Amino acid sequence: MKKSGAAILVAGAVHALLANAAPAAALAHGDPVRGEAVYARCLACHAFAYDRTGPRHCGLFGRRAGSVQGFAYSDAMRRSNLVWDARTLDRFLANPLKTVPGTAMGYAGIADRQERADLIAYLKQVNDSAACRGQRRPPSAASSPPPPPASP
Amino acid sequence: MFSFIQKQDTTHLSIPANPDDGTRRAFLGHSGLLLSGAAVALLAGRDALAKGGQSGASDARILNTALGAELEAIAAYQLGAESGLLQKPALDLALAFQGHHKEHADVLAKTIVKLGGQPVAAKEKYTFPVDTLKSQADVLRFAAMLERGAVSAYLGAVPVFGNRELAKAAASILGDEAMHWAILRNALGETPVPSAFMS
Ligand code: HEC
Repeated sequence: MKKSGAAILVAGAVHALLANAAPAAALAHGDPVRGEAVYARCLACHAFAYDRTGPRHCGLFGRRAGSVQGFAYSDAMRRSNLVWDARTLDRFLANPLKTVPGTAMGYAGIADRQERADLIAYLKQVNDSAACRGQRRPPSAASSPPPPPASP
Repeated sequence: MFSFIQKQDTTHLSIPANPDDGTRRAFLGHSGLLLSGAAVALLAGRDALAKGGQSGASDARILNTALGAELEAIAAYQLGAESGLLQKPALDLALAFQGHHKEHADVLAKTIVKLGGQPVAAKEKYTFPVDTLKSQADVLRFAAMLERGAVSAYLGAVPVFGNRELAKAAASILGDEAMHWAILRNALGETPVPSAFMS
């Protein structure tokens, strides 16, 4: 009786440890097709090829947070010292305001681990595609790139 | 490019198929008069907003990002309206929805000022994917994409406001944008409300 109680306690502790270790251990495998549907949630503010209310998503992987020239980031994002990869994106997108306190991206985040993995897989796929590659300037579109907006 | 709208049963649209200008003005004017409860709360004095305590700067930042997106939406509908691609009744829808976005932007800017913030101004120029906008359907699909994104953006903002009155106001705007999205989908011949939940 006493023994099994202890075993349960130990098992619980191991489980808690594993649960804590999980985020650092392995990211879920993402499906870019499902990720495209998740990306619809970002489309009020972001585009891949050009800056909108939020910065462009082409060139995201390997980029220092807050470093797109001409985009008026918050000081918080500029000073976050993050470099975007699958792992930092997973952390940021889970809870933007907790990961970068003071960010202008006032968005609660995506709680579901699989949805984040799908979204990141989609971001990666488009970043690796011709649509993003070799694109360092906004494309010819309705107008020339806007001047940097007043900082919020 | 126009036929799919005519095929649509226009009785499902909340705007008459062929409103004369007077009707439309009356419609828009009327909606302007009816300030919603949430808008009234947004326009409340500093005292009500101060209930949010220390969160004022953070709330103002969140509202400013929303304001930036609203201002872009206003410009997007302007582009659509001036494109020559929209026929009535789609044109009337676009103008009515643009009017709502103007009201949202107005109330957001006033609230940001009350919180001690500096509202962002509209950009002189916006980038839009004009190369992909060749027909009425393209324009409506583009607008639907923005409205759907706006629902998600406000949904993502609701839980992060320090002041619950602002969360309520954001939810009120969210409801309006969700209606825009459903009507635009309907006009495109798509299932207007494709799911029970938004995320
Ligand atoms: C309400 C508008 C809004 C929504 C919705 C939104 N973002 Fe953002 N996003 C922003 C803003 C504004 C910034 C700049 C933040 C800052 O400067 O603090 C940003 C920054 C980012 C960054 C950092 C980019 C860089 O250059 O450092 C990433 C990554 C990002 N967003 C991804 C997303 C994804 C993915 C989604 C959808 C799940 C999303 N955002 C939804 C407004 C938004």
